[in-house]
Amino acid sequence: MEVPILKQGSVLIATFQAALSDADLNQLRMGLVQQVVKFRSRAVIVDVTAMDVMDSFASRTLREISHMIRLRGAETVIVGIQPEVAFAMVQLGLTLEGVATALDLEEGLAYLNEKFKTTN
Amino acid sequence: MSAGEIRVAINSDQDIVSARQKGRVMANELGFSSGDATLIATAISELARNIVSYARKGQITLKMLNGLNRQGIAVIASDDGPGIADIRQALRDGFSTSGSLGLGLPGVRRLMDEFDITSQPGRGTVVAVKKWRQ
Amino acid sequence: MAKREGTPTSPEPKRNEEPSELLRELVAHLRQNRTQLREEWVVRITETRLLTAMTKEEIFAEATSVYDSYVEALETEAFEALQAYARNLSERIIPRGVETHEVVGIVLLLRDVLARSLFAKYQNDFKKLNRILDAYEPAANRIANTVAVGFVQERERVIRQQQEAIRELSTPVLQVRERLLILPIIGVIDPQRARQLTEQLLRGIRTNRAKVVVIDITGVAAMDVTVANHLVQTVEASRLLGATVIVTGLSPEIAQTLVTIGVDLGKMNTVGDLQGGIEQAERLLGYKVERLAEPRSA
Repeated sequence: MEVPILKQGSVLIATFQAALSDADLNQLRMGLVQQVVKFRSRAVIVDVTAMDVMDSFASRTLREISHMIRLRGAETVIVGIQPEVAFAMVQLGLTLEGVATALDLEEGLAYLNEKFKTTN
Repeated sequence: MSAGEIRVAINSDQDIVSARQKGRVMANELGFSSGDATLIATAISELARNIVSYARKGQITLKMLNGLNRQGIAVIASDDGPGIADIRQALRDGFSTSGSLGLGLPGVRRLMDEFDITSQPGRGTVVAVKKWRQ
Repeated sequence: MAKREGTPTSPEPKRNEEPSELLRELVAHLRQNRTQLREEWVVRITETRLLTAMTKEEIFAEATSVYDSYVEALETEAFEALQAYARNLSERIIPRGVETHEVVGIVLLLRDVLARSLFAKYQNDFKKLNRILDAYEPAANRIANTVAVGFVQERERVIRQQQEAIRELSTPVLQVRERLLILPIIGVIDPQRARQLTEQLLRGIRTNRAKVVVIDITGVAAMDVTVANHLVQTVEASRLLGATVIVTGLSPEIAQTLVTIGVDLGKMNTVGDLQGGIEQAERLLGYKVERLAEPRSA
């Protein structure tokens, strides 16, 4: 399944689809890191608005993506987690600890703007 | 009127998605709220995932339940895998732990209303969970 | 009184009639005499002063569909379909103010009207009448039961819905400023209410695009481990939606409960009182906060 990755300046925006299999998620993890290197991006926004279920594998993948991208000196923000999905996640104990989150794409970009302002 | 029982063979990670999507459809048909349907789909996803990770193949059965005054859904995850040696350990619930360690069974139990597990080393595992419509 | 129609009953009844054959004969009789029997039933409904909330036309319309469903249930023995029909019917008539005793009443009246027409039809053949009643009675009673249960289920569903609505109204999630929500919790929280509050709050965060939430538990006396866990989950889930949670009014007892379940209070944003919590929230949102001088006591 193809996941669209857009480039907006120094930020990459990956929009996750609804029914991503484990194999899809694995491909995405590698693909995103490659793109960060290729474009020397400063941040990646992963938009999971369309994901109706976030299970332990998806959660672990997102944390790994964030970790690997940080090793490349870039920031990751997860946006668009639905209220019901968030509720289910915390029941399972999946808190995405250590990964920045924001309400949606707009908030994610605002967060990055603030962050880049202060670090410049 | 749709089937009261659906069986999904779990052989690969693709089947995880298929099982939870079917679970969501059944939950919607039973009139569960969208939030509850998400909880059910998430539980199915974790149970199917355990099958793939530890037993490589097995089956998820989804059943519509018609109780005396209520309706619900049952999810039965069964496999012929290696089984669980220490069930008590697997069910130990540390509230403040971060997930994705081990089988995540305490988490699945929190998602659903009823939880039952039968497992023996070498004899496979059956996990049966139920959720009732409020 | 229903007219006797169809083939006259023979004086010499067949010896080995199957119950299903009897039911078929019975159903045929009820269908043939539909118009009269239904009319008779409606008359008795009015005489007994049932369904007073409905007009004559409405009663007639509902009576028609109930009669047909009744006969169909006798024929097919598909009681699930009947129960679904009963819930559907109830959904329509409950808002009209129809009560349980009325629904049970009219179904029993129909049972009686139909039974009497059977007495009339088979009055010259006592043995056959007995066999027909043997087939009719359990089925008719099951129908009455099914419809009553269906009605009561629907009623209970409506009551639960209303209770839910009341619960939601009684714990509002308040938006006091842009991007700031306050959730004051008062009284006793059971796990079900706790879960409902969490869901309400998360929806509120999304709708109001809140970046900070102040959960005030000053009014909460005690919290058991389950509910304390819900509080922690609420904080964690809110963060997943990009909102920071500040907990205010934490009593020493509740703080202890949280520590018991393994919460690192150092990582949780807590402030002594609601006012302080709101000020903290405003600072987080970038507002300048100036506390006015305390008014001198008289």
